[in-house]
Amino acid sequence: MVRETLIEKLTTAFAPSHLEVIDESHLHAGHSGTRPEGETHFRVKITSEAFIGQPRLARQRAVMNLLSEELAGPVHALAMKLKTPEEAGADA
Amino acid sequence: MSDTDNQIKSEIDGADVVLFMKGTPVFPQCGFSGQVVQILSHIGVAFKGVNVLEDDGLRDGIKTYSNWPTIPQLYVKGEFVGGCDIIREMFEEGELRPYLAEKGISLLSDAE
Repeated sequence: MVRETLIEKLTTAFAPSHLEVIDESHLHAGHSGTRPEGETHFRVKITSEAFIGQPRLARQRAVMNLLSEELAGPVHALAMKLKTPEEAGADA
Repeated sequence: MSDTDNQIKSEIDGADVVLFMKGTPVFPQCGFSGQVVQILSHIGVAFKGVNVLEDDGLRDGIKTYSNWPTIPQLYVKGEFVGGCDIIREMFEEGELRPYLAEKGISLLSDAE
């Protein structure tokens, strides 16, 4: 399962204090890149100390590099919300 | 540089704000591209939309050029800014206008 792979990789790489991996493929039904079995469009929310001092572009690049195999394969779109614990606290 | 790289570079150099997107600013063909168009239009920045769906070489080439695997991609004054999430976050955090102003981009909606 793609979702399990994403969770495993993200957990190992970022040791997140908060992690959500949401399959939003159903919202994109009929859109290019979708497959009948789903798991093409994901939204990830990660809170991790690994993002401290990292600008947005660097954070997203870190996630994209980690998941490059999935992005070149089954995953068509990946929306990301990447926060440090401090930023996540401010949002709550 | 490949022909595609040269083509991309000339697009990026050809306007201050360039959005590589799926579809056109008037008819975006992807929700993420559409969101960036909406934000740019809302803050009143003139931009050039480049439809990657019209050219497979461009569609793949821009991903390699930017080392960024997804579309849309926004360039300002030759600098890669990010994709949909980054543009939306910058907009929501009130950073997009100051960023563009700092780059010398004029906004139509400054009076707002």
